Amino acid sequence: MTANSLMDAPGMTGVTSAAETTGAATRAPARLVDLFEQGLNSPICLTWELTYACNLSCAHCLSSSGRRDPRELTTAEAKAVIDELEAMQVFYVNIGGGEPTIRPDFFELLDYATEHHVGVKFSTNGVRLTPEIARRLAANDYVDVQLSLDGATAEVNDAVRGAGSYDTALRAAANLAEAGMKNFKISVVCTRHNIPQLDDFKALADRYGAQLRLTRLRPSGRGADVWDELHPLPGQQRELYDWLTANGDQVLTGDSFFHLSAFGAPLPGLNLCGAGRVVCLIDPVGDVYACPFAIHDEFLAGNVRSPGGFAEVWRDSSLFRRLREPQQGGACTSCSFYDSCKGGCMAAKFFTGLPLDGPDPECVQGHAESLLDARREVPKPSGDHSHSRTRRTGAVPVSLTRRRTDEVRRPPVSACDESPLAGFPRT
Amino acid sequence: MTASKPAGPAAAPGLDLDRAWTLHPQVSVRPEPFGALLYHFGTRQLSFLKDRRLLDVVSALSSASTARAACAAAGLRAEELPRYATALATLARSSMLVEPAPSTNRTVAS
Repeated sequence: MTANSLMDAPGMTGVTSAAETTGAATRAPARLVDLFEQGLNSPICLTWELTYACNLSCAHCLSSSGRRDPRELTTAEAKAVIDELEAMQVFYVNIGGGEPTIRPDFFELLDYATEHHVGVKFSTNGVRLTPEIARRLAANDYVDVQLSLDGATAEVNDAVRGAGSYDTALRAAANLAEAGMKNFKISVVCTRHNIPQLDDFKALADRYGAQLRLTRLRPSGRGADVWDELHPLPGQQRELYDWLTANGDQVLTGDSFFHLSAFGAPLPGLNLCGAGRVVCLIDPVGDVYACPFAIHDEFLAGNVRSPGGFAEVWRDSSLFRRLREPQQGGACTSCSFYDSCKGGCMAAKFFTGLPLDGPDPECVQGHAESLLDARREVPKPSGDHSHSRTRRTGAVPVSLTRRRTDEVRRPPVSACDESPLAGFPRT
Repeated sequence: MTASKPAGPAAAPGLDLDRAWTLHPQVSVRPEPFGALLYHFGTRQLSFLKDRRLLDVVSALSSASTARAACAAAGLRAEELPRYATALATLARSSMLVEPAPSTNRTVAS
């Protein structure tokens, strides 16, 4: 299942203009980035993975989803989280998974959230988006749908997301369009196989009255297993940057390509790692992580089931307090582009085994190349919920033996035989 | 991003301070240490008030007969008015602020 990611651009234009204006109203106009570095009362962008259960087994799944975790939050617990979000004035949540619509109480929770002034944008592979459901979604002003598609053709998409997933997504897109759902999102994780399809994705989104959303492939979850083969090649990074520069006002990016800003002019967006400052993740069992791409004990801030609930984790966890302190640029400080890329993505560095105060693994100035070559140990995600068939790394060793024919002729050993040597040939 | 450039009065005309203005019924306001966040559920846009006093003005709008009265209630001095009028105009352009309709037509419960 794809990511809901950091900040999405709904608001990015608003941010710019209002920031500009209101900046004029202050004595010394501070950049938003600098204000956000100290954190906010509540997250702007909260991702909530409702379940690890998924009908698909995408090769790059950032939450290693597949099987449901039996400790998953109950309906009552999930509603209590929504109550907290309402009290904290979290304007909307990005719901993902797993495939969130698989949860039997998904629509109950969705209605509960929107009735409590928490808007919902949810990511889905489209498996449950029948014409009837599509009509129901289109009727709710507080709901937005993000349909995952990682290829503009079935061939490219299904290689990553599984056979039939392209057709499922397009059928869902057709149902949403038919129901009158405007501007739903078609969300693409950029890989070296689909970078050549950027224009095709745009045309496809236009065809359904949808908005295109492009996000970065992170080496998180199962993404770590395929990152080396799938992440865009250096030349494609440039292609992507140029494409975003030309079309940036029409596509959303979840603010996920700020590492590309080191090519030159910054891309629209915050250009800041929001982990623990403006962004965080609640996982299906209620664990709170600094960002959706950092499901690892290292970035675990607490659990919503603790007495202080989510609010206390957000405001007081020692991890989040640390992330809100000014960050050191480390090896990047001397780079003249540090101010535009801020060293890139924390999760991408962590899961490729690079130091957190060094360059992003996809540093467009090439500063990470020697470090990647020298890396030895790469941290594994803390949880693996993959379907058992997803992560088989090789043949399972099984030794087969054969009884001698004279043994086979003997009567089978009775289940009631009390002898510890029952069935063994007598010597 | 152009956020760091302060907008001059020439860049954007100010709001008509002598009319009544109010927050759009679909806009939520969340105070933050640096000012406030505004979210418009209709346009799904997020805006930032980088100034606590601007938040005071915005909060006073709905109960004030004019935007000028709201500014006075927030304790602004006369020479500060043009800058704040420019800030309010930007919020009006993105539909965060609207002129109150004679019959308040609320499309979505809030």
